Amino acid sequence: MAESLAPIDSGLQAEEIKVTAGKRRAAALSELPDKVHTWPYLVRAEFIAGCVLILGLLIWSITIDAPMEEPANPTKTPNPSKAPWYFLGLQEMLVYFDPWFAGVVAPSLIIVGLMVIPYVDINPKGNGYYTWKERKFAMGTFLFGFLALWCVQIVIGVFFRGPGWNFFLPGAYWDPHKVVAMTNVDLPYLLGARTEIGQMLVGMALVGAYFSLIPAVWWLLRDRPWMRELGAVRYGIVSFLFFTELGIVVKMVLRWTLAVKYIMVVPNVINI
Amino acid sequence: MPDAKKPPESPSAPSKKESSLARLFTSPAWRSIFRHGYEDSPRNRVLQVSANVWLHLHPSKTRRHGIRYRHTWCAGGLTFLLYLVTVVTGVVLMFYYRPVQEYAYWDVKYLDFDVPFGFLMRNMHRWAAHGMVLFIWLHMLRVFMTGSYKPPREFNWVVGVNLLVLTLLLSFTGYLLPWDQLAIWAVTVGTNMARATPLLGHQGPFGPQLGMTARYDARSFLTAGTLVGAPTLLRFYVLHCIFIPIIASILMILHFWRIRKDGGISGPL
Repeated sequence: MAESLAPIDSGLQAEEIKVTAGKRRAAALSELPDKVHTWPYLVRAEFIAGCVLILGLLIWSITIDAPMEEPANPTKTPNPSKAPWYFLGLQEMLVYFDPWFAGVVAPSLIIVGLMVIPYVDINPKGNGYYTWKERKFAMGTFLFGFLALWCVQIVIGVFFRGPGWNFFLPGAYWDPHKVVAMTNVDLPYLLGARTEIGQMLVGMALVGAYFSLIPAVWWLLRDRPWMRELGAVRYGIVSFLFFTELGIVVKMVLRWTLAVKYIMVVPNVINI
Repeated sequence: MPDAKKPPESPSAPSKKESSLARLFTSPAWRSIFRHGYEDSPRNRVLQVSANVWLHLHPSKTRRHGIRYRHTWCAGGLTFLLYLVTVVTGVVLMFYYRPVQEYAYWDVKYLDFDVPFGFLMRNMHRWAAHGMVLFIWLHMLRVFMTGSYKPPREFNWVVGVNLLVLTLLLSFTGYLLPWDQLAIWAVTVGTNMARATPLLGHQGPFGPQLGMTARYDARSFLTAGTLVGAPTLLRFYVLHCIFIPIIASILMILHFWRIRKDGGISGPL
């Protein structure tokens, strides 16, 4: 402790003291055994956390009542009708996609995508500790999906959606007669296709190229060692899931900027 | 056991109370219940965990970083604790609640206003369920951020994703049971998605071509009819109280056991 008691003349000296103190602390820590007794150390930590949680839950439950509205009435549909809050991110996707994607395929892909993560992420680094530098792609993809596409959409669905699923600021008057221009057009039409068959072909070409051409060209042009290690199958799975996640953003941006309704239209069968 | 002697005596004369306590701790009845000594010794610390049916989910020793809140956030354990809260409060609610269209809403009103502590049981059940959804997300976020799904823990991550799905289904099926406007319309919105299921929904891609109708498709399988009605209530009740909890419990046992078998709380290799 002699260093820390010495008068500090300059920032440099203070920095030195900090470094030596840090080294000493690290040295002292490294001499400690790697494992500690579960009783009392872990059990105590869990007990405290559990007590705090139960106490918080009790206070919350005494002061705030669980929601309870008027009796169920199948003839009186509330506007808006909202799903439970944890599904509102998916309901929000209905703004941009048809129900088959927003309500069925997207959640299925989230579940399957989460399950395959350990089998397609072959990066051995960052196993058991927090690190951003050693796994930027994995963390970036996951955090963007979780925060921007899941949590933010839930917040929008809970607080910013009113009658007709129109956008309202919190506290603003929910005008049930709010007029929103329905001027959305399909992307193939914007690109000049005027016949039904032509629009269909353009749409299919766009979606097909997005999912296959971009990853394929990237695979051929940028021959990196990690690509060979990953292998074509895992690369294909990762790129499909990644481009699906990215595609949701692409469609949202196309809606906001060019008022695009669908990118691909196959009448009476499937729209994307 | 040799180490389970009387607690060390203080230099002053021991009071009568202390010696009777010491007698209690060494009595045959006490020793038949607690297999380890009372004294704080390394051996007893180990036995405290390994000889206790609840605590022996844990190893007797834990890696130093694993006991820090900032490493685990305690999120997985707290998710399990909230699950236990919903089980206990849920069983209390089952004593008063009937999953019948005519009664369900008024049984919940009865719980809220007449049953002693009924409102507390219902509120705790509801908020603990929401908390469970929140904490399971936090747990997954933490596990992802620490890369704890990496070998050898790949399969346990898969089990965990299944538990996430079951938690959401538990919460969703429970949402209908109060049988108020909030309940039936939220579940209507949710189950309506099923009719757009590709191949299996009557409004989904290739569904009509495969002969799906409103009376016979993925949605009518969920709701037991063409709309959210009395049969849906009973169906969701059974799923909520019996079917999903059993599956979730089995997967939880597997999940916790695999944590131990895969090397305990993850840490730098």
